Amino acid sequence: MSKKSYSFYPGCSSQKAASASNYMTSVNSMCETLDIQLNEIPDWNCCSASIGYAGGGELPRLALSARNMAISEQANPGQDIVATCAACWLATKETQERLHGDSKLMAETNEALAQAGLKVKGDQKVRHMVEVLIEDFGYEELGKHVKKPLDGVKIAGYVGCQTNRPFGIDGESYENPKYLDKLVETMGATPVENYDKKVSCCGGALAFSEPEKSQALIKDIIESAYDGGADMIVTPCPVCQMNVEVYQNHINQKYKTNFKMPVVYYSTLMSVAYGKNGKEAGLDGQMIKAKQLEEIASK
Amino acid sequence: MSDVNTQMVEQYRNNFLREVEENVEEGEWVKMCMQCGVCSGSCPFGPHWEHPPQEIFMMIRAGKRDEVLQSDSMWMCTSCYNCIVRCPRELPITHIMHGLAHYAKRLGIAPKNQPTYKFAELFWKNLSKTGRVNELKLGLALYFMNGIGEGIKTSLKMKDIGLGMLMTKRLSPMELLGGHKCKDAKGLQAILKKAAELEAARIPAAGK
Repeated sequence: MSKKSYSFYPGCSSQKAASASNYMTSVNSMCETLDIQLNEIPDWNCCSASIGYAGGGELPRLALSARNMAISEQANPGQDIVATCAACWLATKETQERLHGDSKLMAETNEALAQAGLKVKGDQKVRHMVEVLIEDFGYEELGKHVKKPLDGVKIAGYVGCQTNRPFGIDGESYENPKYLDKLVETMGATPVENYDKKVSCCGGALAFSEPEKSQALIKDIIESAYDGGADMIVTPCPVCQMNVEVYQNHINQKYKTNFKMPVVYYSTLMSVAYGKNGKEAGLDGQMIKAKQLEEIASK
Repeated sequence: MSDVNTQMVEQYRNNFLREVEENVEEGEWVKMCMQCGVCSGSCPFGPHWEHPPQEIFMMIRAGKRDEVLQSDSMWMCTSCYNCIVRCPRELPITHIMHGLAHYAKRLGIAPKNQPTYKFAELFWKNLSKTGRVNELKLGLALYFMNGIGEGIKTSLKMKDIGLGMLMTKRLSPMELLGGHKCKDAKGLQAILKKAAELEAARIPAAGK
């Protein structure tokens, strides 16, 4: 296949030494194998995720994503905007929908953008990296690049919320999307069947402000993966990854559990299966080491 | 109580539904709720809402203004979008909850010590300063939002996580000295300022 180019919106958590920098590492490795070129939107800004609403009203929040779209149109015309972060994708897509649904909002947004000499049309398609993989490549093509099948690894596909609702991936159901399981299978691993917390919420940003309430949700997400016999959890979302991985010690203390479940990204799995080494796959970014993946990567 | 709150009470006397429709993001949808309760039953934080969404919608129609706007219920929304995709009437419930929370904040009557209210404000301040979120500064601001004493306690409790993030290079102390930012942070701030002004001109209680 020939090289594919996209206008790339990496988002705050993907930056160097930020909480999902390991996601970015594995995405870069995966893209190298698939010959995907990511053209970063120059000087992109935060989308304000789903938690900016106390400080910012509707128009200021829309203006944030509109600025990214405006710069993308200038710098990477004709390319789809691709985000790896669920919240970045969702906020940008929502902004596009609102601006096209309300000409007054569109006019006011452009009036605001004019302060920095920008103008938005909002016509570029806004997509999650997972959509690119499934729609522009397809499972068969993705499978062709596998050099080291992840034989014998059992993986719970934790889709979570914002890559699933309200937009989701075309052709998938909200209650039981199958794409992560299919990706797991394509990489030679075994998906956990009937993982019943597949689309449950981890608390999102409220894991910070309401840790106890959120950790109760996270406990169920991990427990259900263990119940299904999982060796690890895989997710497409930086917030899901962090929330489900880093609080396991606190949960163990509170609930007398014995959790030590690695939580990786789909791109981590793919990088390892595509023959990248541990560092290239971002495995050194795991707080709970994914030992089986390390072994496969070092073979 | 703030002046703008008094002003809105005067203006919409006995018609809280109309106040919500005209001032709250996506508020025009509230009247479409048919009280089936799927939203409340689908919410991951459901048991923690004093008034779950279905109840909020009915309370708005019943004119329970203070009970709704001063409630910490809307601040329980985790933005999981379960309610949105399951609502048979397709109400954008998540956005209405964010809208109500934001409106209460603008009127100065949101519950002051609500942790998500505080965190959401910190998040906005953090990102609008440089255009990008500084995770370290945001985390520290969160730990210390209830004062030094509690801040030190929380920091100690969280130190294994901080250390883990540091060891895996997912956190850098260098972020305290500036850190990641937009080159045109000034331009971005000008955009945000203009957007807030435009919104204030359109919505009576906006821009506060």
